[in-house]
Amino acid sequence: MSDATLTGRELIANHGRTRDGLMPAEMPYGTITDEVAAAIFRKPSRLWLVLVGVSFLGVILFGISILVLLVEGTGIWGVNSEVVWGFAVANYVWWIGIGNAGTLISCMLLLTRQRWRASINRYAEAMTLFAAAIAGIFPLLHVGRPWLAYWLAPYPNTMTLWPQWRSPLVWDMFAIACYILFSILFWYTGLIPDLATLRDKAKHRFTKVAYGIFALGWNGSSRQWKNYNSYYYAMAALGVPLVVSIHSVVGLDYAATLMPGWQETIFPPYFVVGAMFSGFAMVVTLTIPIRWALGLQSIITLDHLDAMAKILLLGGIIMSFSYSFEWFAGWYSGGEAERSLIAFQFFGPYGWLYWMMLACNGLAPQLFWWRRFRRGLVPLFIVGVLVNVGMWLERILINMNTLAHGHLPSTFSFYVPTIWDWLMFLGSFGLFCFLFFLFAKVIPAASIHEIRELAHKEGAAR
Amino acid sequence: MAQLFSARADLFLRLGLLALVVLPLTMAVSGFAYYRSSYYTGVGAYVQQPVPFSHRHHAGELGIDCRYCHTQVEKAAFAGLPPTETCMTCHSQIWTNAEMLAPIRASLATNTPIRWNRVHDLADYVYFDHSVHVTNGVGCSSCHGDVADMPLMAKAEPLTMGWCLDCHRDPAKNLRPESEIYNTAWEKPADQRRKGRALLAHYGIRKDHLTDCSVCHR
Repeated sequence: MSDATLTGRELIANHGRTRDGLMPAEMPYGTITDEVAAAIFRKPSRLWLVLVGVSFLGVILFGISILVLLVEGTGIWGVNSEVVWGFAVANYVWWIGIGNAGTLISCMLLLTRQRWRASINRYAEAMTLFAAAIAGIFPLLHVGRPWLAYWLAPYPNTMTLWPQWRSPLVWDMFAIACYILFSILFWYTGLIPDLATLRDKAKHRFTKVAYGIFALGWNGSSRQWKNYNSYYYAMAALGVPLVVSIHSVVGLDYAATLMPGWQETIFPPYFVVGAMFSGFAMVVTLTIPIRWALGLQSIITLDHLDAMAKILLLGGIIMSFSYSFEWFAGWYSGGEAERSLIAFQFFGPYGWLYWMMLACNGLAPQLFWWRRFRRGLVPLFIVGVLVNVGMWLERILINMNTLAHGHLPSTFSFYVPTIWDWLMFLGSFGLFCFLFFLFAKVIPAASIHEIRELAHKEGAAR
Repeated sequence: MAQLFSARADLFLRLGLLALVVLPLTMAVSGFAYYRSSYYTGVGAYVQQPVPFSHRHHAGELGIDCRYCHTQVEKAAFAGLPPTETCMTCHSQIWTNAEMLAPIRASLATNTPIRWNRVHDLADYVYFDHSVHVTNGVGCSSCHGDVADMPLMAKAEPLTMGWCLDCHRDPAKNLRPESEIYNTAWEKPADQRRKGRALLAHYGIRKDHLTDCSVCHR
């Protein structure tokens, strides 16, 4: 039997894997296309339909919680006159952090020529896009009157008013808007050659035309590839500062205030690393079910997971350093409010959450010092989820601790989330999963043309 | 393989992309124009009243002072609308049977005030004080136009926040001497710049805080 008719798994059995383990040692271009595109042209499986149905319930839940919020106002939340930033802000920071990893993988790993990026960048970018879009919703809901959100934009109005340029919230608006626009453009650019592949492989006229329109007449000529590559690399170079800017600005949302615990100059880089950390954890969490559900084990291998686990380990170390720097800065500042806040973090009513966060973010990734855990699906998945939980705890604790324990002891207060806080958070998950499942059925979850390029570089295809 | 798209498909795609730019731009420009036009601000549109009271006749031709009817303008935030009795100071003697004035007589007989329709209606979150303006060199006509030449009342200015701020940022260009406050036909002299600066000093106006939010939004 010739190699062209074998599946990726059979190719591994026959030829073994390439030296860095990223794919079968022999992998014809056609097989790559077939392996990735199979999930799209297959009839939807029962599992997929169930998952889409369940996540759609989440979307409905999200819709209902937004509707109730708009009718009743922010009073349905646990926020009060002291702890004014609750779940909405924490969810925003968490989701936008997750949204950082896709662009990191796409741009930084592309520019640093990390080959293993090719198989995972597509769904990581999709994850980025959906996470950033969901993140964009939360600040609008947080302000309570989203229909006035256009006030943040500088437009020529009859009030002759401009936004307050000194406010980080305005920087935030620009950072999110730029980031979402960039993510869409970059994701779509990477898709064009694959859309053309799908156009050519599709059987029905409707599917052909639908993919054809978005393929923008791509025919794979050398001239197109040349233009494409210069454009794609230029975009990637533009993306790197954006990844850094977006979460730096989120950090400045906090650091530009005068509250204890939000004062350290380390905040912007600390937030950027935290974002990449949580984003990578989410990619790991998503990779394990995806490669199984779409049958991509021959293309997304344990070596990919190994590489991501190392990044998680690095992230965990830097996060632990950042936490200890916070404690040091609190002590070193000599301020009573700062010192008392540190004690409150450890031993206050939210203390148990803080210890949990330290365990999830600092301790759990330390497992990845051992190769056995970096290549074990179960430990990878568990640590991925733990880091996501830990990073979410960090986002909510940074709001609750500081605002509940500010400068004035007379205004010390306590924040307890309500059922609507939880339902909205749950609903945002539903929306994320719903979009992601639709994506996996309509668009190649891995980048066909980049894996072909990888196969060429690895010598697996000629 | 047969061609998927006709030769014209490319044209439609390009037109679509063009529309993606042109349509939002057109909407933005139209919106910009609409919110500044009298369709939206209502400048120059006469408002129907229960009695067709003519400011041109009373304030212009007869020369009745603004303060004869709008009695509180120098003392209070609201300039005041005259009670029916003010109308009757004259109309109990002249035009006593005029058809046009029937609602006024009915109002007096039944002791129910006339419901005039507002022409200059600011949003509820705006604090506006007439007295502080007329006692500091801002004349009636700066905001209300040449009322003595209006047969029925209409807005002369858009009363948008930008329009208010235009003067609050630089009041000197509109200030007039105390003697001219109630002269609705007043026009700026050629050397308004210089006179305006002198008037700032005369009225003791400090510009620094005139554009603070809390000046108008309390």
